[in-house]
Amino acid sequence: MNEPAAVSATAAAAPAGVAAPLLEIDGLNVRLIVRGALRPVLREVSLTIRPGEALGLVGESGSGKSMTARAIDRLLPRGAEVEGSIRYDGHDVAALSGTGLRRYRNQVAMIFQDPRAHVNPVRRIGDFMTEALRTNLGVPAAEANRRALEMLGQVGIGGGARRLRQHPHELSGGMLQRVTIAAALLTEPRLLLADEPTTALDVTTQAEVMAILDDLRREFGLAMLFITHDLELAAAICDRTAVMYAGQIVEVRSSALLHDDPLHPYTAALAAARPDISRTTARLLAITGRPLSAFEAPSAECAFAPRCGHARDACRAALPELVELDGGLSRCVRVREIRGRLGTPDD
Amino acid sequence: MLLVSLLVASFVIFAATYLAPGNPIAALSGGRSLPPSSVHVLEQRYHLNAPFFAQYWYWLSNALHGNLGISITLRENVSTLIASRVWTTGGLVLYAALLILVFGISMGLAAGLRPGLVDTSTVVLTAISAAIPAFVAAIVLILVFAVKLGWFPAIGNGTGLLDNIRHLTLPALALAVSSLAIVARVTRAAVREEGEREHVQTAVSRGIPARQLIRRHVLRNAAIPITTIAGITIASLIAVAAVVETAFSLNGLGAYLVQSAQSKDLAVVQGISLLLVTAFVVVNLLVDVLYAVLDPRVSLGSRAT
Amino acid sequence: MSTGVPVAVLETERPWMLTSVQSTGLAGIASAAVIAAAALVAVFGPLLAPYNPDLPNLSLAWIGPGGGHLLGFDVQGRDVLSRLLVGARTSMLGPFVVVIVSVVTGVGFAVVAAWRRGAVDAVISSGLDILFAFPGILLAVLATAIFGAGLPAAAIALSIAYMPYIARVLRGAALRERSQPYVAALEVQGASATSICLRHLVPNILPLIVAQATILFGYAMVDLAAISFLGLGVQPPKPDWGVMISENQTGIVQGYPLPALAAGLCIVAVVIAFNVLGERLFERAQAGRG
Repeated sequence: MNEPAAVSATAAAAPAGVAAPLLEIDGLNVRLIVRGALRPVLREVSLTIRPGEALGLVGESGSGKSMTARAIDRLLPRGAEVEGSIRYDGHDVAALSGTGLRRYRNQVAMIFQDPRAHVNPVRRIGDFMTEALRTNLGVPAAEANRRALEMLGQVGIGGGARRLRQHPHELSGGMLQRVTIAAALLTEPRLLLADEPTTALDVTTQAEVMAILDDLRREFGLAMLFITHDLELAAAICDRTAVMYAGQIVEVRSSALLHDDPLHPYTAALAAARPDISRTTARLLAITGRPLSAFEAPSAECAFAPRCGHARDACRAALPELVELDGGLSRCVRVREIRGRLGTPDD
Repeated sequence: MLLVSLLVASFVIFAATYLAPGNPIAALSGGRSLPPSSVHVLEQRYHLNAPFFAQYWYWLSNALHGNLGISITLRENVSTLIASRVWTTGGLVLYAALLILVFGISMGLAAGLRPGLVDTSTVVLTAISAAIPAFVAAIVLILVFAVKLGWFPAIGNGTGLLDNIRHLTLPALALAVSSLAIVARVTRAAVREEGEREHVQTAVSRGIPARQLIRRHVLRNAAIPITTIAGITIASLIAVAAVVETAFSLNGLGAYLVQSAQSKDLAVVQGISLLLVTAFVVVNLLVDVLYAVLDPRVSLGSRAT
Repeated sequence: MSTGVPVAVLETERPWMLTSVQSTGLAGIASAAVIAAAALVAVFGPLLAPYNPDLPNLSLAWIGPGGGHLLGFDVQGRDVLSRLLVGARTSMLGPFVVVIVSVVTGVGFAVVAAWRRGAVDAVISSGLDILFAFPGILLAVLATAIFGAGLPAAAIALSIAYMPYIARVLRGAALRERSQPYVAALEVQGASATSICLRHLVPNILPLIVAQATILFGYAMVDLAAISFLGLGVQPPKPDWGVMISENQTGIVQGYPLPALAAGLCIVAVVIAFNVLGERLFERAQAGRG
C-alpha cells in the first residue's frame, strides 16, 4: 500500500488561486513547566487560517486547544519553550516586540471563556471597552465612547451611555460576554481567537451569544479560530474543523464532511458519543479511558491507540504523521483501510 | 455597625466601675480610704444613688461634653490631663503611620513587581521584622541609635516642634517596625496575586503596555487588600503606642493610661480608654469608607473578610 | 475559572527564582524545632536552670558573661540564663491559655453560627463585630485596672479580644463545610446536629483551626509580653521574658544591654517560629481544601 508522503499543512490547505493565509502555524511545539519540569503540551501543531475563514478547533480538556490560542497571542506562561513558527500576514509572530507586538495584538483579538474572571471588576464597562482604543490607537475618549456604544448596539445591548458607566458585576454572564465580544471587535481585528466563549454560560444564553458572534464575524469578514469541546457546534459555524488530541492535530476536515466522513477514529468517537435525542439507545456510547495531555501521551506511537477500537501493531510502531487525504488531513495510519466504518469498532 | 460597637464599648468601660470588686466608691477611689466629705462629692458627681442606666446616661453625656471626671490621684479634671498628652500620642501614631505607609508599601511594591534578589531579601526581612514586638524593637533601637551612635535621644519628649520630632523618631520606628513588615508582605502578595489574574491576561492580549497594565489593573486592584491591612495595622497602633511610650518615657496618653491602671485611678482609665476606643473605631470607619470607594462591588458597611 | 497558569506580565524573561518561602520546607522544620525546644524548656525550665533565678545579689549586678554564667547577671545580680530558662514557663503558658480559650470559644461560636445560619448567625456575627472594637492590649489594661495587675486578668482579657478574630475566620470555613453534600447526607440519615458538628464538621476544618491557633500563639505571646513589660501582667520579680526586658531596660543606656537583649531575642525567636510554622500549616490547610 502506498502511503502518501506527509505533506506540510500549509500546502494542503492553500491550493493555488486562493488568498494567502492570514495565519500560518507550522510545526509548533510548546513545552511548559508542569509540576516542576518542562513537559510538552503541544506537539507538531500545524494550522492555516485564510482571511475571513472560520476554523474550528475541537478537543477535550488537556488536548492543548487553549494553549494553541495562547501561543498565537503570545500569552504563554513564564518559562514556556516554543519551537516552530507562527506567521501572521507573513510576519513571524515570535519576532515581534514593542509597538509591533501591540499592533499585532490589536489585529488578533481574543475572547476568553469566563467573562467574569476576564474583565477587571473594579473598572467600568466603558473603560474596559475603550482601553485599547485610547491607549494603542490614540482615539480620543469621546470618539472611543461613541464607537463603544455603537458596538454595544451591534451585540444587542441597549441602555446607552448608562451602560458604559456600569461595573461588570451589574451585568449578567451572557451580557458580559457580549461586552467582551464587542470590545474585541472595536480594534477592528482581522482574526478572532474565541476560546470556548460560551462554555461558561447557561444553555439558553449560549445560543444567543453564539449567534451574535457568528453574525458579526461574517458581517465584518473576520477570520476566526473557534475553540470548543463541542464537535457539532464547531461544525455548525466553522468552514473547516480541526480536531486535537493529546497536544496534536489528528484531523482537519471541511465541516460539512466531518460528521459523515471523518478521517480519524477519535473524531468518529466524539461524534458518536454525543447523545442523540431523536434515538433511544440502550447505553450511551463513551470512549473508554480518559483523554491524555500531551505530556502523558507516548511519543513514539499513536497517542489515541490505547483507546482506539481499530488499533493495530502498526499504530504502536511509530508516531503517525499528518497526511493529506481528499482535501483534509489525518493522523491515522489506517485511515484508508477503515474509512467509512471508523465509528464502529473492529472485532 | 461600628457606631454600635462604640456604644457597647463605652458601656463596658462605664461598667468597669461596677465590675470591680467592692462597691463603686471603692472602685472610684482605687481602694483608698476617703473622708466622708469626699465620698459625698463622689456620690453627687457620679449620681451613685440613681438607677444603673441613668448613671450610664449621665456618664456618657458628660463624656460627650468633654467632662470625664476627676483623677483621684491628681485631683484634676481628667479632660485637662488628657488634653495635655493627646498631641504626643497623636504625633507618635501619625509619625508611625506615615513610616508604615511610605516604607511598607514601597517595599512591598518593589518586591512584588520584581522577582529576584529584591524580592527574596524582602520576604526574609519582613518575616523576621513582623515578629519583633514594639518593645523589643524599642530597646534595640535605643541601644543602636541612642547609646552607640548617639543620633537620637533615648527618652523624653523634647521641646519645640523640631526637637519633638527628633524625640519621636525612635519611638515611631519602634512602633512601626512590625506593622511595616506586615504591610510590606501583604502588599507584595496582593501585587503578585493581581498580576496573575485573568483580567490582566485580557489586557495583555489587547496589547496594553506593561506600565499602564501595572498601574491600571494590577495596582488599582491590589489597592483593596493593601488598604485593608494598612487600616488594620494603623488602628492597632493606637493600642500599642502605650508600650512604646512607656519604653521611651514619653509623656503620652498610653503611658498615662498604664500608670493610672497601676495606681487604680479609675476615672482616668475610663476616660483614656473611651478616647482610644473612639479613635480606633473612627480609623476603622475610615477604612470601611475607603474600601467601599475602591471596590465597587462592595456596599458601605460590609467589609469582606 | 482560573486557567491555572500565570502569565508573564512584564516581558522580561528572567528565570524565575524560587522564593525563600517555597524553597524551604527547611524553615518549617527549623520552626518546629525551635518550638519544641521552647516547649521543653517551658516544662523543664526549673530543672535545667544552673542557678537560682530568684535570689538577688546586688554586688553582682550587671557583671558580664564568664565563669559558668553564660549570659552574665541582671540588674539585681541574678543569673540571666537561669531566669530565661525558668521564665520560659510563664512566657509560654500565658499565650497557651489565651489560645486555648479563644480558639475553643471562637470555634464554638463559629460552628453554631454556621450551623444554624439565618437569625442566629446574624446575631452572633453582629456580636463578634462589636467585640472587634476593642484592641487586645487596651482591654487587658482596662481589665488590670479593674481586677488588679497580674497574668490571669490580662490573659482573660486577651482571650476575649482574640475570640472574634478566630470566630470570623472559622465561620467562613465552617459555612463552606456546612454546605458540603456529606452534611446533608448525614442529616438525612438522622444524625444529630451535635454529632455531625463534633464528629465531621470540626475535624474537617481542624487543619485550619490548628494553623490559626499557631499564628495566634505568636500574637498572644507578643501581647502578653508587652503587658508584662508594662508592669500590668506578670509581676516582678517573677522571671518572665517581658518582665525581664522591663527590669533590665536601664542597663541599655548604662552599657549593659545583654540581659534585656537576651530576653528580647528569646521572645522574637519563638514568635518567628510560631509565625512561620503557622503560615506553613495555613498553606497546607488551604491546599487541602482546594
